[in-house]
Amino acid sequence: MTGTLATARRVLQQLSHDRRSVAVILILPSALLVLFRYVFDGDQQVFNRVGPQMLGIFPFTVMFLVTSVTMVRERTSGTLERLMTTPLRRGELIGGYALAFAAAALVQSFISVIVAIWWLDLGVESSWAVVLFTVLDAVLGTALGLFFSAFARTEFQAVQFMPAVVIPQLLLCGLFVARDQMAPVLEWISVVMPLTWATDAFTESLTASGLNGAMWRDLAILVGFVIAAVAGASLTLRRRTP
Amino acid sequence: MLNISIEVTDLRVVRGSTVVLPGLDLSVRAGSITGLLGPSGCGKTTLIRCLAGVQDVESGTVNVLGEPAGNPTNRGRVAYVTQADSVYPDLTVRQNLDYFGALYGADAAAIDQALADVGLVDLSARLAADLSGGQRARVSLAAGLLTDPEVLLLDEPTVGLDPVLRRDLWALFAELAAAGRTLLVSSHVMDEAGRCDEVLLMRSGKILAQTTPAELLTRTGRDDLESAFLAIVEAEEAA
Repeated sequence: MTGTLATARRVLQQLSHDRRSVAVILILPSALLVLFRYVFDGDQQVFNRVGPQMLGIFPFTVMFLVTSVTMVRERTSGTLERLMTTPLRRGELIGGYALAFAAAALVQSFISVIVAIWWLDLGVESSWAVVLFTVLDAVLGTALGLFFSAFARTEFQAVQFMPAVVIPQLLLCGLFVARDQMAPVLEWISVVMPLTWATDAFTESLTASGLNGAMWRDLAILVGFVIAAVAGASLTLRRRTP
Repeated sequence: MLNISIEVTDLRVVRGSTVVLPGLDLSVRAGSITGLLGPSGCGKTTLIRCLAGVQDVESGTVNVLGEPAGNPTNRGRVAYVTQADSVYPDLTVRQNLDYFGALYGADAAAIDQALADVGLVDLSARLAADLSGGQRARVSLAAGLLTDPEVLLLDEPTVGLDPVLRRDLWALFAELAAAGRTLLVSSHVMDEAGRCDEVLLMRSGKILAQTTPAELLTRTGRDDLESAFLAIVEAEEAA
């Protein structure tokens, strides 16, 4: 636990010395949301229908990118090798990263939900459910970023994983076309993609007050994905390397 | 009986299709400075990584402080300072040491001491990214000193340092050895061999000689360590 907290503190200290990244993490999802809103200026209906899902997708993407690049940097700079000779456990390292970025994600989500609901007049039934799923999406981005960073040798490769991991999920999650209208194969694939369930939860939040059954299911599935990705990420860390 | 702190038997390391260490034997006694010398690419770093327990080993045994290398009980007792300065460039010197200190359970006094040992007290609030290469290397070294480890594995710790700093660091190494610590210091600069109690001459993954600097000179009949090393290499090639 000491290792997790020390690592989380260290990651946040690193972030605090990087003002531009802090600005990107905190402001970018909200700015994109504002852009999205005014693209559909003539038709507030469209924004109201797909705005909530966007609320989850932007932080998911940003946190995926930030986390995977940071983690690759740790692997390539030699600091990971040093950490492997300290008493720090692998799970503590990954846990520390997840905790630090989850804290950043929490602040980010609050900002974007406030912008969406009070400035852009996004009509949702229960705003706290939207906050919950926005944070969860950001944490999911962090968890997947930790996991996929294991397969990138350079920061350059890590950046390229972003379209590979994010865009297929975006296309299949039911945002553009309802999932039951896609080719059956694609519908099956969409079932194993976490963003599908996040999108479903946001769609529900338009009409449901509080958490309904479908949203509880989405919540459980998303938490499951986060745990699996974090566990997978710590398995990819090796004390001994060739 | 001499107290042995590092013992390696028939160590074989293969990387891809290259045999880096074909079968190496080595023992290093406690409370001494051993210089690991040889040209770059001869396997020095690989050997040190084996001792630190971060290298995939094909066969052979590697014992450090009586435990297999990399054993959890050795973390904190064995410090590995890598050749690349493994510190976080986007943290200050102090924040770097605070983090590694927290992982080892070292207190603030230990961190102050390590900063003083490497002469970085004045720079402790500076970002590591803004330091010179030599200064960053010393931050990395300080992180290795935090737990007052029994064995220090230092991979080229004096590269890029000016003569005054090099002298100071070697004085620190001598102090540590006098206090019973075991130091294995790699270098490709032969004149550093003269500061060691013992030297290991390495080439193509093999230990050509393990001896004292004085004995190396007598044995080869040369008057500087550089040409003594060359004499050993030539004798090996002729054989």
